Amino acid sequence: MSKKIISMNVNGKKVEEAVESRTLLVHFLREKMNLTGAHIGCETSHCGACTVDIDGESVKSCTCFAVQCEGSEVITVEGLAQGGVLHAVQEGFYKEHGLQCGFCTPGMLTRAYRFLHDNPNPTEEEIRVGMSGNLCRCTGYQNIVKAVQYAANKLREDAKNPVAA
Amino acid sequence: MIPPSFDYHCPKTVSEAIELLTKFGDEAKILAGGHSLLPMMKLRFAEPANLIDLNKIPELRGIKEEGGVIKIGAMTTENQVLFSELLLKKVPLLPEAAKLIADPQVRNRGTIGGDIAHGDPANDHPAIAMALDAIFVLQGPKGQRKVKAVDFFHGTYMTALAEDEILVSIEVSPFAPKTGYAYHKLKRKTGDWATAAAAVVMQMSGGKVTHIAIGLTNVAPTALRASAAEELMVGKEITPALLDQVAESVRSICDPAEDLRGDAEYKTAMAGEMTRRSITAAMAHC
Repeated sequence: MSKKIISMNVNGKKVEEAVESRTLLVHFLREKMNLTGAHIGCETSHCGACTVDIDGESVKSCTCFAVQCEGSEVITVEGLAQGGVLHAVQEGFYKEHGLQCGFCTPGMLTRAYRFLHDNPNPTEEEIRVGMSGNLCRCTGYQNIVKAVQYAANKLREDAKNPVAA
Repeated sequence: MIPPSFDYHCPKTVSEAIELLTKFGDEAKILAGGHSLLPMMKLRFAEPANLIDLNKIPELRGIKEEGGVIKIGAMTTENQVLFSELLLKKVPLLPEAAKLIADPQVRNRGTIGGDIAHGDPANDHPAIAMALDAIFVLQGPKGQRKVKAVDFFHGTYMTALAEDEILVSIEVSPFAPKTGYAYHKLKRKTGDWATAAAAVVMQMSGGKVTHIAIGLTNVAPTALRASAAEELMVGKEITPALLDQVAESVRSICDPAEDLRGDAEYKTAMAGEMTRRSITAAMAHC
């Protein structure tokens, strides 16, 4: 089967590649773009380790073909930190010990990034529901919730003091 | 896991999609949200030579009210259902149930039409559509036809859709004031299919039931409408004794497949219990 040329924006950079139709987005990102942040966990859209942002929505990149992202804006965990400074969600996971083995973390971070964008002032319950598409087998989730709360506070403070942001 | 090779088609209109479907026949599969189809392709349970992606067809998305009918485009995502102001006001059962379907990421891709057209009795919308007396609009080369939700499901993965037809929209009537509704779903964890679930839509007058519709998820080869149980209730006051009879009637039509969620006996018992809970919750709105 022939390859298709696709172009999309990945972490703010325009990319153009020939891919097979059957190439999953997560394989495209990891193998063609060398962006190995999105992890392949369950491969059946349950675990969320492959979560990326497509056109402003969280999506599991193991269950989407790269050809479907023609013309899209894709953000992976590699696109969160800016100018060598960790994004608030990354700082939150670091400060609150929101990870142990770290396998689920890229998916957690990209999901938390979009979740806090959509809901900047969430309750604990809303965080648990908002993050429910991401599984972690180490932490028991308590510190992940705290990490997201930390990030929510930091993002709100940054919004009040735009100089620091 | 890498799916088998296929040719990818990305039509921009429904008629273009139907042309492709007519051309490729059983060599083609429709791609909606992909959260059932892609896992099946990875396992080689599905190996379509051609994949027709409906995601770039704007006319298949959106929720509107037209001539007193709520029309939901088949490619409307679960999250669009969940956050629809119009549905919250007019058919609140749908957003309430969408909360219980999959997880936030999957709800961004998964569509109401895909959930229905797949014909999987474990999916939630078939039973909900039955309880809503929904009508499915199917489009093929000869035009559109309408099929009632209760007549659409012929067996597991088998529906009234012809090979060259696409489900294009779902039509439901807005709720009359004081319509009771609920969807109780027993599941082991977020994102799981139902062990058993029951959708209820009902109306009462003077303390008695005037209308009730009960749809059941994942307790038979297709979603079920519990008509005999409904008949037991019309014209009656809801009492614990009546609820026992209704639960028994529901259990008598169940024929679930045993799996890790439980054996047939347990799932059957849970179908009765979910019905009881949904009716009790629905009463609070009446």
